[in-house]
Amino acid sequence: MEKEKRNNLIMTFIAIALVYLVVFILELTLRPTSIVFTVLRKGAIYSLVAVSMNLLNGFTGLFSLGQAGFMLLGAYTYAILTIPTEVKQSDRVYRYYDAVINFDTGVFVALIAAGLVAAFFAFLIGLPVLRLKSDYLAIATLGFAEIIRAIFQWDVLGPLTNGANLLREFKDLSRITLPFSDIPFPPTLFVFIVAGVCILLVVLLINSSYGRAFKAIRDDEVAAEAMGINLFKHKEMSFVISSFFAGISGALLAMFQYTVQAQQFRTMLTYEILLIVVIGGIGSISGSCIASFLYIALSEWWLRGLDMGTFLGINAPELFRSGFRRLVFSVIIMIIVLFFSKGIMGDKEISFERMKHLFRKKRKAKGADA
Amino acid sequence: MKNLLELEHVTMQFGGVVAVNDLSMHVDENEIVALIGPNGAGKTTAFNCITGVYEPSNGKISYDGKCIIANHPSGKMAKLYAGKEHEMYLGGKVLAPTPDEITKLGIARTFQNIRLFKSMNVFDNVLTAMHVRAKANLFSSVFRLSWKEEKEMRDATEKLLKEQNLWEMRAEEATSLPYGLQRRLEIARALATRPKLLLLDEPAAGMNPQETQELASFIKEIKERYGLTVLMIEHHMDLVMNISDRIYVLDFGSLIAEGTPEEVQSNQRVIDAYLGVAENV
Ligand SMILES: Nc1ncnc2c1ncn2[C@@H]1O[C@H](COP(=O)(O)OP(=O)(O)OP(=O)(O)O)[C@@H](O)[C@H]1O
Ligand SMILES: [Mg+2]
Repeated sequence: MEKEKRNNLIMTFIAIALVYLVVFILELTLRPTSIVFTVLRKGAIYSLVAVSMNLLNGFTGLFSLGQAGFMLLGAYTYAILTIPTEVKQSDRVYRYYDAVINFDTGVFVALIAAGLVAAFFAFLIGLPVLRLKSDYLAIATLGFAEIIRAIFQWDVLGPLTNGANLLREFKDLSRITLPFSDIPFPPTLFVFIVAGVCILLVVLLINSSYGRAFKAIRDDEVAAEAMGINLFKHKEMSFVISSFFAGISGALLAMFQYTVQAQQFRTMLTYEILLIVVIGGIGSISGSCIASFLYIALSEWWLRGLDMGTFLGINAPELFRSGFRRLVFSVIIMIIVLFFSKGIMGDKEISFERMKHLFRKKRKAKGADA
Repeated sequence: MKNLLELEHVTMQFGGVVAVNDLSMHVDENEIVALIGPNGAGKTTAFNCITGVYEPSNGKISYDGKCIIANHPSGKMAKLYAGKEHEMYLGGKVLAPTPDEITKLGIARTFQNIRLFKSMNVFDNVLTAMHVRAKANLFSSVFRLSWKEEKEMRDATEKLLKEQNLWEMRAEEATSLPYGLQRRLEIARALATRPKLLLLDEPAAGMNPQETQELASFIKEIKERYGLTVLMIEHHMDLVMNISDRIYVLDFGSLIAEGTPEEVQSNQRVIDAYLGVAENV
C-alpha cells in the first residue's frame, strides 16, 4: 500500500512536470499573441484565487466574500512597488500627484509584499470578526472589499494610489527577465511557476497537522474545540493565509493586464471566483484548478464565436451577436450547478488511483457485454 | 487519595431556567465516578460547565488543586439569579477558559449525541485530535520540518486504534461505523489528546446489553492502561453499579444523593426520583 502510494505520488509529479513542459514548448512555438496564452495565464491566476478561497470556504468552513478586495491590495502593492523610480518621478504615471513611494523593488520582493499587505488587512479584519461565534465574516469581508475599492480611488491617497487613474509601466509579464540578466523569461511559464508554487504550499498546508485542524473546525466546531483546537487562532490563520495568496494572485493579475485600476475589482469578481469554487467542488483543490481553466477557456475562447457571428462554422450574424455569449454561458453554468450539485470533483482530488478505478470499471463493463 | 476535580457550588442558569443548582462534587485520582439522574436533570450541562462550553453563573471549579473556572452572578444575571449560595463568590475573580484550554489541561470528553469529524475516516479522526499536543509551528508543519513528530503522531494513532480494535476500519468513514463502534472511536479520539481526566456522556447509549458489558470492561481497561480518572453520565444502571466507585445523583439540577453504589441503590429519595422510574423503562 505504501509503495502504491509512492508510485501515485511520482506519477502525479511526472504529470505536473509534463504540463509545465507543454507550456514551455507552446511558448517556444506559438505566436505570443495567441489566445491560448491568455487562457493559460488567466486560468492559472484564477486557479490560485479559487484555491485560496477554497482553503477558507472548503477546508475551514468559513465563508468570506473579500477575495476581490484582497486581490486589489495585492495588485496595487505590486504595481506601486515595481514602477521604476524614474517613472514615478516623471509625470508618465503620477500625472496629478507626487508619488510618495520613491523606490522600486524586484518582482520577487513585490510579489511577497503583495501577499503580506493583503494578509495584514485580513489579520485586522479577523481580530474582531473571527472571535464571534456566528458567521459575520461574509458581511465584514464584503463590506471591506467595497470600501477598499472606494478608498483607493480617493484623491487624498493619490500620491500612493494615483487616485482614480491607471497604474502602468510596472514590471508586467513582458518585462520579466531571468534573475541577474536581461534575458526575457517566458511569461506564461512564469505565471504557472508562481501560481504552481503557491498552490503547492496550500496543498502542503491542507495535508499537515494544521490542515487537519482546519477540517476539524469545518466538520464540527464544538468537537474541534473539545479536542483542544483553538477556534480563533486557527480560523485567523486560515483567513490570513488565504488572503496572502489572494494578494499574490492580485499581483499576478496586474502583471497579466499591464495596467491596474481599482474600478475593476468589483464584487462581481468575487462571485466569479466563488462560482469556480462551487463548480470545481467545495473542498477539492484539483477541482478548483480544472474549473478555473474550463471557465476561462469557455468565457474567453470557445464561446467567442457566439458574439462574433460565426460559431462552430455556422454563420448567423443575427443570432450570434454581442451579448449572446453571456446568455449561453449562463445556461451552461446553470446546467452544471443543477446536475453536478457537488461540482465536478465533489470534495475528492483527481488522482491516478481514481482514474485506474474508472478505467477498470469501464473495462469490466465491456467484458460483461461480450 | 488526591482530589483531581472539584466543583464548589456550581450553578448554571439559562435565562430563568436553573439547569444546575449549587452542585458540589469531587472526583479523586484513579476513581470511576458516575453522575446519574432523570432526563433533563442537568447532567450534560454540568459537563459543559466543566469543559468550558458554558460559563457557570456561579461557583468554582478546580482541577489538580488549581482553580480553573470561577464566576459569580453579575450584570443582568445578578437580578435574575435564582440559584443557591449567591453571596459566596461575589466580588471574586472570574475565570472563563475556552474548551480548548480545558482540553490542554488534561480533561477530555465525549458527547451524548456523537460528534465525530464527518468528512474524515477513522484514522484521521484520531490523528486530528493529536494536534493539541503537537509542538510544530505552522512553518515547520507546512514544510515538513517536523516530519518526525508527524510520524510519531501517526504511530501513536496506529497504536491507539489497534488497542481499541478499530485498526481494521481505519480507512472507513467515521460516520459509516455501527453505533457502538462510533462511541468507541469517540473515546479513542478523546484519549488521543492525552487526558488525565476523561468525561464520558452516556457512553452506552444505543448499545445492546452485550455491547454494554464489553464497554464496562473496556472502560476499566483504559483506566488502568492510561492511568485515567473517569467521570461518566450513564442511564444503564447495571453498568453504573458495576464499575463506579462512587455515584452522584442529580434531580432538577440539584444533588439529591451521593455515595457508593450500595448506598445510592438503597437511598429512598433516589428510588423515588429516578431508580423506580428507570426500572420501568
Ligand atoms: N443552552 C441551553 N439553553 C437553555 N436551556 C438549556 C440549555 N442547555 C440545557 N438546558 C436546559 O437545562 C436542563 C438540563 O439539560 P441537560 O441536557 O443538562 O439534561 P441531562 O441531565 O443531560 O438530560 P439527558 O439525560 O436527557 O441527557 C434542561 O431542562 C434543558 O432544557
Ligand atoms: Mg445529557
